Amino acid sequence: MSPRHWALALLLALPVLAAAQPQAEEPPLTVQATLDAGQQERYRRLIHELRCLVCQNQTIADSNAPLAQDLRSQVERQIAEGRSDDDIRHYMTARYGDFVLYKPPVQRNTVFLWAGPFLLLLGALAIALRQLLRRRNAAAITPAAPDPQALQKLLDEDRP
Amino acid sequence: MIPEIGHFLLIVALGVAVLQFLVPSWGVWKGDARAMAVGQSAAQVQFALVFLSYLCLTWAFVQKDFSVTYVAANSHSELPLMYRISAVWGAHEGSLLLWMLMLAGWTGAVSVFNRRLPADITATTLAVLGAISIGFLSFMLLTSNPFDRHFPVPADGKDLNPLLQDPGLIIHPPMLYMGYVGFSVAFAFAIAALVSGRLDGAWARWTRPWTTTAWLFLTMGITLGSWWAYHELGWGGWWFWDPVENASFMPWLVGTALIHSLAVTEKRGLLKSWTVLLAIIAFSLSLLGTFLVRSGVLVSVHAFATDPARGVYILGFLAVVLGSAFSLYAWRAPRLKSDGDLAFFSREGLLLLNNVFLVVAAAAVFLGTLYPLFVDALGMGKISVGPPYFNAVFIPLTAPLAVLLGLGMAVGWKRAKLKEVVRQLRWPAALAVLLAIVLPFLWVDGIGFAVFGGVLLGCWVLLTSVHDLWGRVRAKRSLLNGLSSVPRSVWGMTMAHIGLGVWVLGVAFVSLYSVERDVRLAAGESAELHGYQYFLRGVDPVRGPNYDADRGTVEVTRDGASITILHPEKRLYRAQQSVMTEAAVDESPIRDLYVALGEPFDNGDWSLRMYYKPAMQLVWWGGFIMFFGGILAASDRRYRLTKLAQAPVGADGKVGA
Repeated sequence: MSPRHWALALLLALPVLAAAQPQAEEPPLTVQATLDAGQQERYRRLIHELRCLVCQNQTIADSNAPLAQDLRSQVERQIAEGRSDDDIRHYMTARYGDFVLYKPPVQRNTVFLWAGPFLLLLGALAIALRQLLRRRNAAAITPAAPDPQALQKLLDEDRP
Repeated sequence: MIPEIGHFLLIVALGVAVLQFLVPSWGVWKGDARAMAVGQSAAQVQFALVFLSYLCLTWAFVQKDFSVTYVAANSHSELPLMYRISAVWGAHEGSLLLWMLMLAGWTGAVSVFNRRLPADITATTLAVLGAISIGFLSFMLLTSNPFDRHFPVPADGKDLNPLLQDPGLIIHPPMLYMGYVGFSVAFAFAIAALVSGRLDGAWARWTRPWTTTAWLFLTMGITLGSWWAYHELGWGGWWFWDPVENASFMPWLVGTALIHSLAVTEKRGLLKSWTVLLAIIAFSLSLLGTFLVRSGVLVSVHAFATDPARGVYILGFLAVVLGSAFSLYAWRAPRLKSDGDLAFFSREGLLLLNNVFLVVAAAAVFLGTLYPLFVDALGMGKISVGPPYFNAVFIPLTAPLAVLLGLGMAVGWKRAKLKEVVRQLRWPAALAVLLAIVLPFLWVDGIGFAVFGGVLLGCWVLLTSVHDLWGRVRAKRSLLNGLSSVPRSVWGMTMAHIGLGVWVLGVAFVSLYSVERDVRLAAGESAELHGYQYFLRGVDPVRGPNYDADRGTVEVTRDGASITILHPEKRLYRAQQSVMTEAAVDESPIRDLYVALGEPFDNGDWSLRMYYKPAMQLVWWGGFIMFFGGILAASDRRYRLTKLAQAPVGADGKVGA
């Protein structure tokens, strides 16, 4: 990369420099007033993991349905009482079943859900690799006919 | 009278579609050139018929003809003209008519632009498109006629779903459908290749611009849908991993894989049967998307038209199309021999890996979307699969793609030397690492493993794309000379990759550093978020054309200086008595300030949801840049010079010179 590249990169980065901003959060006024910063973080994460059961396909964070509001305050209260995330998830699944969790736990009926994509990746990589090896060997055993493109390239390279 | 004409035109179009399927097929079978040529005129006649029929339905909407059941269900006397026109695709029947119009349009375009192709390829392609047309036209006529009348005629309509009364929703579905339906062309080409047994570099070259065009529309459609959800749903989110979003994302992922494998097939004559398979899968997923949305099998926010009986038809149609396509594939694909060697460390080797990751990512989305259905159907319980699952699975599957992308552009076809590539890429790599450390501090004042990784990948993609372009330009005499000598398809590739890099940057920042806050405010009170003060000046009633709204006035200041005045609204649509949130956003490349009105309290206070979203705009820009790159790539001159280009293609499928 030449100095010109660097100048260009710096130029591109300039508007970003102007965007540097201080980050200072004051505690919210109405919601989660009782929670400290770490607890608020947990609250945010949890309400984005729980399903609003009366809505079509929304988390309780995204819904204004009365049930969602109720569950949000439920989560807030339980965090304030010092219960752990798992306690709260257990409480929710005990009342509403696994359906309430948008991140299904690894258990018997979700094994393939969690393992599936990675098994597929391994399988696909294995097939691709086999293809690559076979093709390479095929080429090694039977010398390929001279390829006009490659010849042209060689000629081009040799040109002064 | 007009609706009856529209209905009649559809019936005639079905007849023409049958001709378009049968006559060219017979011609290909018998080798009869005149019969093969019928496909072209049939395709053009069919387009004219469907287009006129579409105008008839639009006319019924514009004229507020509530004697038409579909118009009465989706329009209202107070609905503004703009939304009356877009209400044509506001629900099931009209969406299908739009789908059909797109299909007829694509088919007509194939018949016009592919005159130079071998007659049997064109004929087979048009016959396949005719068969798809038969399926959709009879679906409409049998189960979902948009022109049905009803009696007694209601005094007024039930209004268009208020969710859809938004400028974003006017163009989102047509774009998305253009993409969905566009893959039918790649599909038809794939079938033509299987039937004729000819699949060479020329075939790939015919198929590429069509596939890229479908892809660019799908890209635009998804981006607009995301943009719409962000502004209209009022939750500050832009992607929900909702089943219907996934239904459009799966064909996008596979279509992206197809674009790349077509490049390998064109340049190297490799991956032939794989390319054909991808073309079949991309179209299958488009059909599946239609099925998922229309059947109501997945209940989601988007499934605004649900009817199981129709689902059964589409499922049957899907079974017939896929069954015959895959049978044909199983029978004929073994003949499509790819020759030439495939080295791991070569562009084609890396593109093969790109395909592996893209297709597995699509499979993961498929699994997550349909898994709850399977578990439920098997009686193994009811579970939900949502954003936390998709994020956990999707990111590890796609992050390697970004790494491969940068490498792939630096690695040449056939075989490359690792040392040479490392030498070339050492500066972009070093700069990407530097930026990944510096940018987060400047942009969001924080750093962590996740944001470092995201920004690193985004910058890597951006820098390697620019570096690749620079390498092509530098070799020339002057900058201008170099820039103008770069072919459009390369510009297109570079733009699409830059778009992806910009998108990754946006996603990394906005998903990791958004700040949100719910507050309760009375008029005159203010709340602080991320250094910005939000003053609620008041909430006033406003009367819109077909809704009544509470319109908030929120002034945003920073260090005492006024930044903007935002007007979030809470609308009550009179006809359906449904409440909609209209968020107000102050947009800039650096950050979005987002305010949505929540619920009023008894004493007149309001709950307000506020977001600070860094780099949100980059997500849309990324989509638009990719779209633009698609346009450049699809309009490259070399795709139009079919005649000239055909000559150097040898029997082995390799493209000379």
